[in-house]
Amino acid sequence: MNVHDELRILLTGVAGLLVVASAIGYGLKLRLAPGNSSATIDNLNARVNAWWWMVLLLGGCLWLGKGAVILLFAFISFQCLREFITLTYTRRGDHQALVWSFFFFLPLQYGLIAIDWYGMFSILIPVYAFLLLPIWETLGSDTTRFLERAAKMQWGLMICIYCLSYVPALLTLDIPGYGDRRLLLVVFLVIVVQSSDVFQYVWGKLFGKHKLSPAISPSKTVEGLVGGVATSTALGAALWQFTPFAPWQAALVALCINVFGFFGGFVLSAIKRDRGVKDWGTLIEGHGGMLDRVDSISFSAPIFFHILRYWWVP
Amino acid sequence: MSLDTLVAAGLCGFVNVLTGVRAIWKAEVPEKAAPRIYYANHRSHGDFVLVWSSLPPQLRSRTRPVAGADYWLASALRRYIGGTVFRSVLIDRTGHKDGGPNPVEQMGEALAQGDSLILFPEGTRNLGDGLLPFKSGIYHLARANPGVELIPVWLENLGRVMPKGALIPVPLLCSVTFGNPLQPAPDESKDAFLARARDALLALAPSEE
Repeated sequence: MNVHDELRILLTGVAGLLVVASAIGYGLKLRLAPGNSSATIDNLNARVNAWWWMVLLLGGCLWLGKGAVILLFAFISFQCLREFITLTYTRRGDHQALVWSFFFFLPLQYGLIAIDWYGMFSILIPVYAFLLLPIWETLGSDTTRFLERAAKMQWGLMICIYCLSYVPALLTLDIPGYGDRRLLLVVFLVIVVQSSDVFQYVWGKLFGKHKLSPAISPSKTVEGLVGGVATSTALGAALWQFTPFAPWQAALVALCINVFGFFGGFVLSAIKRDRGVKDWGTLIEGHGGMLDRVDSISFSAPIFFHILRYWWVP
Repeated sequence: MSLDTLVAAGLCGFVNVLTGVRAIWKAEVPEKAAPRIYYANHRSHGDFVLVWSSLPPQLRSRTRPVAGADYWLASALRRYIGGTVFRSVLIDRTGHKDGGPNPVEQMGEALAQGDSLILFPEGTRNLGDGLLPFKSGIYHLARANPGVELIPVWLENLGRVMPKGALIPVPLLCSVTFGNPLQPAPDESKDAFLARARDALLALAPSEE
């Protein structure tokens, strides 16, 4: 069985789940009395429809291989960064640094991943962008809220470019005996983390009673968190055959990226609440912006990469 | 499709991709074209393209920006974009002292033909925050054309995309918020109306952090 056969199995499984989700959404809509509408059900259906598109897009790029996955995530980073900076306080003096962020660091980061230069892509933003961005900002000769502006821009680059680029960076890992199957690592990460979001939503809607932290995220509940993380950890363990892991290792890794993924969404929710917005954008109907969808990926991808690199790459 | 409509569509497409612009209507979206005055805050030369492309197609084709003749007549390209493509009403911002056409009459003619106008009552690009005081032209225009609705339009972020003097735009997300229509009351003074119109526009701005 080659990697494309395995990919087909995984994508068919996801498509099967989406068929079930679409059917449930359609059924719930039918059960409503005619003329009535429910915001929750409409939002559920919009979410499921958007999932179809996202799965088709990611699946198609995985099918085409590393180059397409890099381009896809470069685009996702681009969209996330524009959503992040749009909601961030900047001044005219920041323009130069912003131009460099969007049109230099972003393509360079993904270019370095394309040529497998680990020593550079792992430090480009934490070292070079970290030092160069505030230098460019001083050239604007504007000291108003200077540290705040510089720090927020660096934070945006870390979350939106650096952390997300670790997803295609998985395709640079040389794991003995695993080889080209590393494409499946991307699928594993995305399925585990995104299904955790979905299961948290489902468990929360069905059984949620105790609010986790109303100040940060009014919709998150303890029941949703525990049920969601447990379910997708079990799902991760069930997928062990597609990974370089033994079943218990797959469960542990899935648990780990689930926890980081959860806190990714939590941290970015805290920023949204502070800015007084519900979503980062409006790109994906039912979900909000791009950054709303990938916040959990952003926090879990670097951890997943470094777990693999530390224990599985000689 | 003529070359001019193609250029207009191309410019709108470029601005849409660059800014991911989103139109937000506080009131109902008008269905039929009727003479209206859209008045907006002014940060960038691209402002009118953003307003124009945020309008529904049936309104867009009957909407003309009002722009300063000194800027838009200064080169052949500007004359083509401003005059031919967007059919701007070009007014003399220096105050038509030397016997040129009266701007309020020029704008009134366009309204009388059934067209709508995009107007920037600050009179010039605002390079700071907030909103400059309004010039009085919008009041005289509204008085001379009773029954024409004035719709405040807040443009968010375009000034950050392309600040003055920048060569490369930054692809931030922009929004265009259309507010509730207003008209001068019969006995409203000039200053009172200008203040009310300005407040209505400022009320559409997202709150600062």
